[in-house]
Amino acid sequence: MNKPFKFEIDGIEIEAQRGQSIMQAADEAGVYIPRLCDTEGLEPQGSCRVCVVKQNGRAVSACTQPAIEGAKVENETEEILGYRRDLVRMLYHEGNHLCPICEASGRCELQAMGYRLGITQATKYPYLQPARPVDASHPDIVLDTNRCILCGRCIRASRDIDKKHVFEYVGRGINKRVGVNGNKLAETDVKLNDRAIDLATCPVGCIIQKGRGFFAPIGERQFDKKPITLGVGPGKNRGKS
Amino acid sequence: MAKTRVIEIDPLTRVEGHGKVTIHLDERNNVDEARLHIVEFRGFERFILGRLYWEVPVIVQRLCGICPVSHHLAASKAMDSIVGVDRLTPTAEKMRRLMHYGQIMQSNVLHFFHLSSPDLLFGFESEVGKRNIFGIIEAYPDLAVKGIKLRKFGQEVIRATAGKKIHGTGAIPGGVNKNLSLAERDHLLENMEQMIEWAQEAVAIAAGYCVDHLALVQAFATFNSSHMSLVREDGALDLYHGVLRAIDASGNTIFDQVDYRDFNDYLMEEVRSWSYMKFPFIKRRGNLDGWYRVGPLSRMNTAGFIDTPLADNAHRAFRAFSNGRPNQMSLAYHWARMIEVLHCVEKIRELLHDPDLQGSDLVQRGERREEGIGVIEAPRGTLFHHYRVDQNDQVVFCNLIVSTTNNNEAMNRAVTQVAKAHLSNQTTITEGMLNQIEVAVRAYDPCLSCATHALGQMPLDVALYDAAGQLLQRKVKDGY
Repeated sequence: MNKPFKFEIDGIEIEAQRGQSIMQAADEAGVYIPRLCDTEGLEPQGSCRVCVVKQNGRAVSACTQPAIEGAKVENETEEILGYRRDLVRMLYHEGNHLCPICEASGRCELQAMGYRLGITQATKYPYLQPARPVDASHPDIVLDTNRCILCGRCIRASRDIDKKHVFEYVGRGINKRVGVNGNKLAETDVKLNDRAIDLATCPVGCIIQKGRGFFAPIGERQFDKKPITLGVGPGKNRGKS
Repeated sequence: MAKTRVIEIDPLTRVEGHGKVTIHLDERNNVDEARLHIVEFRGFERFILGRLYWEVPVIVQRLCGICPVSHHLAASKAMDSIVGVDRLTPTAEKMRRLMHYGQIMQSNVLHFFHLSSPDLLFGFESEVGKRNIFGIIEAYPDLAVKGIKLRKFGQEVIRATAGKKIHGTGAIPGGVNKNLSLAERDHLLENMEQMIEWAQEAVAIAAGYCVDHLALVQAFATFNSSHMSLVREDGALDLYHGVLRAIDASGNTIFDQVDYRDFNDYLMEEVRSWSYMKFPFIKRRGNLDGWYRVGPLSRMNTAGFIDTPLADNAHRAFRAFSNGRPNQMSLAYHWARMIEVLHCVEKIRELLHDPDLQGSDLVQRGERREEGIGVIEAPRGTLFHHYRVDQNDQVVFCNLIVSTTNNNEAMNRAVTQVAKAHLSNQTTITEGMLNQIEVAVRAYDPCLSCATHALGQMPLDVALYDAAGQLLQRKVKDGY
C-alpha cells in the first residue's frame, strides 16, 4: 500500500511516499521549491502561492498538492519564475516593506526571496502604502501589520502549537489583515516564548520582539551568509541541503 | 516704490543636497540682500513619530548619505539615555568613536578634495569646464588619488564598525552590536602610516592656501561671530562627547561646561518664512545677536588644545594665524577641516592598537527613561537629537537641530557679503561672479538635504527678473 513511487521535477527523478505533497518529496530529495507561507512544524495552507509549480502542465501549490506517480513537475522554468516574481512583487507592493530601516532585514524571508528571484528595483504595480496603527501595547512584543504578508504562520502556530488563538484573519479581500483576540496585543494571553512569537515563525518584520532589533551585525545575519534555499532559513527539513 | 531685481542661483552646485541663493538688487544694481534658501522638506521629525525607539538610529541616519554615521550616533546617544545607560562599556564607546573618526575624516576629505579643491587650486573664476574633480584628476593626478584613497580609508573604518560603508547598524541603544575582529584591525593597520602622511600633506595644502592668499582669505566672507561646539571637560577637541562651550567674537566665554542635555536652556530656534531651515540662536543673546557658527572653524576656536600631537601642532599654527583670537575667516574652514582629518587618523591609529576593541562586553541596560538627548560633533558642526518615548516604546516627540542649521545665519551673512563685494553695480552677470557666492556657501560644507550628491549632474540656472517679474537675463550651464 505504501510502496514508494517516482515522479520528475525539472527532469530529476524524485522518490515519494503515498500521501506526500510535492514539496515534502522535493525537500526529502534535496530539491528546493521556494515558499513563504509554509514552514517547518505547521500544516501547509497554500496561500502565498510562491511554491507554484506545474504538475503535468497544471499550476498547483507544491505545499498542498499530493505528488502523483509518473508526473512531470516544472519548478525552475522561466515561466514559473515569472509567476513567482509577480507574486512576490505584489507582496512588496501591498505592504510597507522598507528593508533599509526594518530590523528583520537580513533574516526576512520576503527580502531573501526577492533577492533570490532577482527583484532589485521598483515594479509596475502601485504601492498600496497601508497606514495601520502599530500595536506596541504588549511589554515584550510589537505587531506591525503594515509589514504583514498574510502568510498565516502566526495564526497556525498560535492555534495548533500554542493552543491560544491569539491571531486570526479579519476582513475580506483587499481589507484582509491579521487581527488579535482582543482590542490590542496587551489584552491577549500571548507570551514571548510562544511559538507564534518565535522569530522563525513570522517570515517578515510584522511580529517583533521588543528591544532586540539590530543586535545581529550586518554580515552575521541569517541570509547575509547564504541565500534562502533548502536548509537555509526556517523552511522544512532545515539542514538537509 | 523702488524697482528691485532678484537673481537666483538655483540649484547650488558642489554642495550636499538642494538649495538656492537669491540676490536682491535695488534700482541702481546695488545688492540689497542675499539669502540662502533650503528648498527641500524632509519631514523626519514628523514621520519618526510612532516608530520604536531602537529603530530610530537606523531610520534617522537616512537623513544623509554623506554623514549618516553622525545621525546614527547622535540618535544612539539619545537612545542610550532612553534605556538608562549613561556610560557605555569601553568596547562600545571605543567602537563608536572609531566609527565616528572614520566618518569625520571621509566626509571632510570628500569636501576638500572632491568639492572645494577645484575652486582653491584653479581659482574661483577659472574656466568652468575644468573647475571640477575631473579637472583636478587631470591637472593634479597625485593629489586626486590621495584624496580618493584617504576617503576610502575612512569608509573602510565605517564598514568595519557599522557593517556597511553607508547606512550600517553598528550602534544600538546601550552599546554596539559588534567588536573589531583582529582581521579587520590588521586590514586597517596596513595603510595607517600612509594615511597619517597624506593627512599631514592635506593640512599643509590647506594651510599653505591661507598663507599664500592672505589678502583674499582675510577679506572673503570674513565677519565676526560667536562660535559653539562640544569640547572635552578639560577643553580638548572632542568630536564624540563632551560639554557645550560657546565663545563670542573676541574669544570671551558665553557659556562653558554645559551638559548638552540642558541645551534647551541655552539655545532657541527661529522660523523665517522663506526657508525650511530654522535659525538657532543663543537664548540669552536674543535672536538678533545670538547667532553663532559651528563646524571645523568653530571647533578650532573653542578647543584649547588637541590631544593628538600632530593635530595639536597644526592647531597651534592655526591659532597663531589669527594671533590667538577667534579665526573669523570663512575660507579658513578648509584648513580647520584638514586639521580634523589629521586628528581623526591619529585617533584611529591610537584606537586600532587598543585591545578594548576586541572586547565582548557590548551592550548595557539600565532603568528605562522617557526622554533622551544625544549631541555629537558631526563633520559640519554640532548635531542635536532630542526624543521622547512613551511607555509602549514608541517615539512621541522628535526635534533635530542638524549641523548646517546652526550655520544658517552665518551662511546668509557670507552670501550677502560676497554678493555685495562682487555683484554690486554690475550690469552683466558672469558665471565666475556667481561662483564666488557658491564658494562662500561651500566653505561651510552645507548638507542641504543630506542625501543627494550633486557633483557632475546638476545644471546651474540663473535668472534675472525685474520688479514686475519680467525676465531680464538668464544663464544656464550644464552640470559640472
